[in-house]
Amino acid sequence: MPETVSFRLNGKPVEVSVAPDRTLLWVLRTDLGLTGAKYGCGIAQCGACTVLVDHRAVRSCSVDIQSVRGADVVTIEGLASDGKLHPIQEAFIAHDALQCGYCTPGMILTAYDLLRRHPDPTREEVIAGMDDNLCRCGAHVRIVDAVLAAASAMKGASPR
Amino acid sequence: MSTEQITNRSSKGATVPIADASLPSRREFLRRFSTGLLVWVVFRQAAGAEESEAAHPVTVRPKSTGDFNAFLHIDENGQVTCFTGKIEMGQGPITSLPQMLAEDLDVSIDDISIVMGDTDLCPFDQGTWGSQTTQAFGTIWRTAAAEARGALLEMASETLQVPVSQLSVQSGVIFDTKDPARRVTYGQLTKGKRIERQVAAKPSLKAPDQFQIIGKPLLRKDSRDKVTGKAIYAGDVRLPGMLYARVLRAPAHGAVLKHVDTSGIRGVDGVVLVQQPDLVAVLHELPDAADDALGKLRAEFEPSPSRLDDTTIYAHLEQAQLEPTVVAHGGDIDAGRGLAVQRLSQTYLGAYVAHAAMETHAALADVKGDRATIWASTQNPFGAREEIALALGLPIPSVRVITPFVGGGFGGKSFNLQAVEAARLSRATGRPVQVMWTREEEFFNDTFRPASVIKVESGLDAAGRIAFWNYEVRFSGDRASAHLYDIPHHRTSAVGGFNGPPGYHPFEVGAWRAPGSSNNAFARECHVDQLASMAGVDPIEFRLRQLKDARLVRVLKAAADHWSWQPAKGPSGRGLGVACGEDAGSYVAAIAEVEVKDGKIAVKRVLWVQEMGLVVNPAGARIQMEGGITMGLGYALSEEVHFKDGAIRDTNFDKYALPRFSWVPRIETLILDANDAPPRGGGEPAIILTGAVIANAVHDATGVRLLELPMSHARVKAALDAKAERA
Repeated sequence: MPETVSFRLNGKPVEVSVAPDRTLLWVLRTDLGLTGAKYGCGIAQCGACTVLVDHRAVRSCSVDIQSVRGADVVTIEGLASDGKLHPIQEAFIAHDALQCGYCTPGMILTAYDLLRRHPDPTREEVIAGMDDNLCRCGAHVRIVDAVLAAASAMKGASPR
Repeated sequence: MSTEQITNRSSKGATVPIADASLPSRREFLRRFSTGLLVWVVFRQAAGAEESEAAHPVTVRPKSTGDFNAFLHIDENGQVTCFTGKIEMGQGPITSLPQMLAEDLDVSIDDISIVMGDTDLCPFDQGTWGSQTTQAFGTIWRTAAAEARGALLEMASETLQVPVSQLSVQSGVIFDTKDPARRVTYGQLTKGKRIERQVAAKPSLKAPDQFQIIGKPLLRKDSRDKVTGKAIYAGDVRLPGMLYARVLRAPAHGAVLKHVDTSGIRGVDGVVLVQQPDLVAVLHELPDAADDALGKLRAEFEPSPSRLDDTTIYAHLEQAQLEPTVVAHGGDIDAGRGLAVQRLSQTYLGAYVAHAAMETHAALADVKGDRATIWASTQNPFGAREEIALALGLPIPSVRVITPFVGGGFGGKSFNLQAVEAARLSRATGRPVQVMWTREEEFFNDTFRPASVIKVESGLDAAGRIAFWNYEVRFSGDRASAHLYDIPHHRTSAVGGFNGPPGYHPFEVGAWRAPGSSNNAFARECHVDQLASMAGVDPIEFRLRQLKDARLVRVLKAAADHWSWQPAKGPSGRGLGVACGEDAGSYVAAIAEVEVKDGKIAVKRVLWVQEMGLVVNPAGARIQMEGGITMGLGYALSEEVHFKDGAIRDTNFDKYALPRFSWVPRIETLILDANDAPPRGGGEPAIILTGAVIANAVHDATGVRLLELPMSHARVKAALDAKAERA
């Protein structure tokens, strides 16, 4: 039976009337029309569907919509604010840290959580923090460079 | 064909948003552009002299695209829209094609937008594969730009009353070189005009010394959309009233459906069933509800007749009785054997490998009466159009295929089954239908890189040179099978081609980034490396002594110089490997450093040198090289499709291991300047040596020679254990 689930999505309150055990990924992509989170594997193995739930990177293919009741959900569409890209997004552009771009939203949001926990990471920490996100095109080296550059750019900036 | 449909009332609280995905129709497009310039020219070069990786080569092919307006349009403000049947799947033509056009048309690249892979709007193209976009299509593309520029100059000459020879162009502005104030813009020339003009003079493409835009490293033009989630892929397109389909799949290749019990979905809200003899699907307004419904079907299949698995496949392929094709031969193998004082015979194996693009195959089809529009993730939009037309019984022009961003292809999206399925289901239901394969379906339906067996027999003469080379590649195709070395007695033959005759592989196989080249390079370069060891000569020195091709010598020497290579005979214990090769007209050399610990290979550093003729966007080329090296770690170290009796056992990324961040070595790429030479392949040559160079480095580190790809942890450990036992 549908239930009402309320949460914040990209800074705005939303309310959906859905079966509470539906998957967050499909509610986002279908009911809410936000297609930035991608389906890649469906079993939390690739990271393409990553979104932020209360600033933590979460695999949206593997959590229920009811688990975000009252939470603050951010998808890749909501990371930029007032048209200004997040430093991680800027760094991905500056480093050409993508090819097909399908894994990119998940990479960026995983990096967001990584930098929240490790604001001044070593290269090894970035590699370890990103290791469960898959990229088939082979943009890895540039993604690591971009995350490190974003970390530098974010130093001194107030955490978002 | 009968179609049974059960449509239940209402769905479980679905609130399907309507994101308008509509693109301009061809008629709207032409109307919008009708005030623009239309110039007729005759192309001397017909599109399509490219190799095909399509499942079904297209039967209807335009004779030639004689009108450059097919490729570009200039509006009254000087904004250029260009049209190509090529698609963007990460490899970068969204940047490099406008870059080429800007050069020969003399406009700013910022004034160009590009429409890709739309069969109604773009001129025919036979598919995005084979590293052909720059090397083959690029000339056609640049010629269109040059002809447009020529026509505009003639028009300006009339407008300004100045001879063409006295005119010059800069950023879309034509001016009198003697009086630069006398000027007219491309936009002013095209405004409100519809002109047919034959350009008499054959357009000449700009020479490398005139380049202002080609050869400049440019950042990708699609990054902003891709980092903000705005980039639309086929699975992201939404239409009002659309349904999401899940197709019933067999548990194994060759298993035939006996019976399906659909009683489980009767009464389930909003579920639509389509049941045709060769297509059973459940559809719903919500993809997860369609998935749930699929789980409620009870299907019975006849078991697959296949009795092969991933361990017996090599004997099967080795025993296949097929006539070999001689690719090259010279001298006399028997005479060569007589000259040899040391001989070496080896068999090199390569597993089936998946494409595993991060985006699974997806399509949204909207079939209304005798018109069909399909958004598809495809490397082959025109091929898809034909396959869909055939399946629906529609004339080809009644089908429009639109290709949004493609989330990786690597050869795997040359086939369009998902688009055909979506089209058939849309016709059956009368609604737009999305088919987006699950990862499990992707592994099941993939056209894997074929498993292969390569047998090499050779020997060294008394002087330590390769006396003969007898090479047979089975089921990996003959691409890049040439031995490249100066060998007096040699024979290269191929059995089974790349895709193999039907019935030999237990499932579909198909093109995989540089089809055949990686396996052939693995066999050749590993074998040559062993001969170098047998001769007691440094592997680079050994190769250089027997290489004649100046381009290959150049890349190998550049690699040695850049690495500051210290010669040593192998195995030296340093863990350094070397390989070189040729693919898609480009020459590559690589050096790698590895560490082998507890049977696990850690690749520490890779240097990759590539000479690929003219490089349009060096930044993009470098990304392709890095990507090829990194992707190559997979087929080298871990990627292998396990299967038994037609069933695929690796169904997701928990079992099938792709390269990860922690595997990636320090990568150095070196592009050798050859801008006076025609452009060659970029993305494919960059993957062909990864297996060979790592295998050679592992041998250098451990003395163990690995002959089978992937060099998995278990295989390395077994080989090391066997060596320890012998010692």
